[in-house]
Amino acid sequence: MTSAANGTVTVALLFPDLLGTYGDSGNAVILARRLAWRGFEARMVTVRSGDPVPESCEVYVVGGGEDLPQALAAQELGPAAGGPLRRAVDGGAAVLAVCAGLQILGTSFVGPDGVETDGLALLDCSTRRGSGPRAVGEIVVEPDPGLGLPTLTGYENHAGVTTVGPGSRPLGRVRHGVGNGDGSGTDGVRSGRVLGTYLHGPVLARNPDLADHVLASVVGDLVPLDDSESEELRRERLAAAGAPDLSRRGFRLLERLRR
Amino acid sequence: MASRLGSGVSGVSRRLGRGGSVIGGRAILAVDPRALDRLAVGRPVALVSGTNGKTTTTSLLRAALATAGPVVTNALGANLPPGLAAALAASPPGVPAALEVDEAWLSRVAASTAPRAVALLNLSRDQLDRNNEVRVLASSWRTTFGPALPTTVVANADDPLVVWGAGMAPDVRWVGAGQPWTDDAAGCPSCGARIQFVGGDNGWVCGGCDFRRPPLDVRIEGDEVVDRSGNRTALRLSLPGRANLANAAMALTVAQVLGAQPSKAVAAMSELSEVVGRYATVTVGGQQARLLLAKNPAGWLEVFDFLRPAPLPVVVAINARIADGRDPSWLWDVPFERLERRLVVATGERSRDLAVRLHYAGVEHVHQPDLLRAVAAAPAASVDVVANYTSFQQLRARLA
Repeated sequence: MTSAANGTVTVALLFPDLLGTYGDSGNAVILARRLAWRGFEARMVTVRSGDPVPESCEVYVVGGGEDLPQALAAQELGPAAGGPLRRAVDGGAAVLAVCAGLQILGTSFVGPDGVETDGLALLDCSTRRGSGPRAVGEIVVEPDPGLGLPTLTGYENHAGVTTVGPGSRPLGRVRHGVGNGDGSGTDGVRSGRVLGTYLHGPVLARNPDLADHVLASVVGDLVPLDDSESEELRRERLAAAGAPDLSRRGFRLLERLRR
Repeated sequence: MASRLGSGVSGVSRRLGRGGSVIGGRAILAVDPRALDRLAVGRPVALVSGTNGKTTTTSLLRAALATAGPVVTNALGANLPPGLAAALAASPPGVPAALEVDEAWLSRVAASTAPRAVALLNLSRDQLDRNNEVRVLASSWRTTFGPALPTTVVANADDPLVVWGAGMAPDVRWVGAGQPWTDDAAGCPSCGARIQFVGGDNGWVCGGCDFRRPPLDVRIEGDEVVDRSGNRTALRLSLPGRANLANAAMALTVAQVLGAQPSKAVAAMSELSEVVGRYATVTVGGQQARLLLAKNPAGWLEVFDFLRPAPLPVVVAINARIADGRDPSWLWDVPFERLERRLVVATGERSRDLAVRLHYAGVEHVHQPDLLRAVAAAPAASVDVVANYTSFQQLRARLA
């Protein structure tokens, strides 16, 4: 039984000193806050490089960063370090990984020396370096319908090209921007409770439903919160990307038809 | 010839009211790509670069050098080669120059202008969508400031990335200028191990190699600048905050390299009370608004240091134009939790990003995208307004 069952939930922010370049540590703040607002005893643990990685947390958050720190982070989570993240996931933990964090969770990524490097293989995907320009700008993703999530909005900034293998599924289809960039028109990778995406922003600030999706996978159903300010932000960013919130419109249309 | 053409174009441009220095500078460089080299010949040049504090330090340096005669400067922050060329072209040959330089252009400008001194202030994340890695900048500085460039580097010893950038220079004055923000320097640029910020006299030290804070040539004690021989110079600045004491210590050290007399330099610096509108208090409607600039997490840490205390409200303005960086995710690296127990008015073009950040920080706030209405929405006779780069410019234009 996880400690989540008796009300204490720990969110671990992994290596913000290595993979904290793009504000992704905000994802951990958001997860912990959304738990606390619902009466959970929420703890946020910041794990810096060199610190032992706890294996008993309920949620792990990994952010984006550059090549050298990315490789260091992979080392500290890898088999030589006892595979702490693998063990946590086997024990039922959820992981949200963004950009460089997503890449190290796959089977392979490109190290700072340009050489293919083993990833943690928590996701079935591999990342190579793209030959085109860096993908920078607003990104809009229509999540896999099975997830029951509204349109995702974020900001991407990466040069990686990620291909999803048969053991995982993409997070969704890209409506605006680049995402995985391998020609499949998808963004992100997911397997069980492990979820990776190229969306910064941070992604959970713009997509509270995704935050609750991650949390629900470890604590079960959650009561809704007042997300009106995030809704306003979502509307603004989706309009800026020229991509109105189709899913929400769809929901509203359905409601009208029912009436 | 080219410089005369440039100043002609610049004059025309100014008359056309387009704020022409950059346009004039572009014309100069189009006619003569090596104009910067030529315009710098025969004059003492001091360059100021880094992520934060460039404009203020350059203004302090200008004030210090002006105690000995005319000084040319790019006071409005046009810190790329066209702005530099325009500034130099507008002044007679031989006049000393105090120039702020964009950190990504410093290597090229230093190679062109044969500076007498270069101030390296700090390096941290800024404009996330453009400068992908501050470490790349540090390494480019390291390549530039080697034995081949005879100059005196005045460097912030408390910032490991700056120390890496200045580390090969034959003549360095190490200043203990502080750097409260350490999150971009956690990994050693030399060996990759973790840097420990131990504070106090030791500053910081790498856990894996011998990279550590160098012994200080200049330190700040209270509001005094103390050099290696124990000479003390009191700073009595009008500008607020720890960061400006550091900027003044850097400016004073550079000014001394260029021959300024310390007591005169300090007296001149103490009179500076605003820098291109920054730190100025203006009347908006019936309110007094103090205008402050903070454009990245490191800058915000310095602003928290002298923000007027709670429960006074604060107006925070956020844009994400090209000059700001298109990605305002950095708002999540700022500990806005420190604004608790007061009302924050979130304004600017990206105020909705800020409002969500404040929501999760547990800070009471209202949302008003219009800059002037936002000031009016702050319920106090006197209010601090903290804006990032382009929102600050917009605010000044609206107030003019």
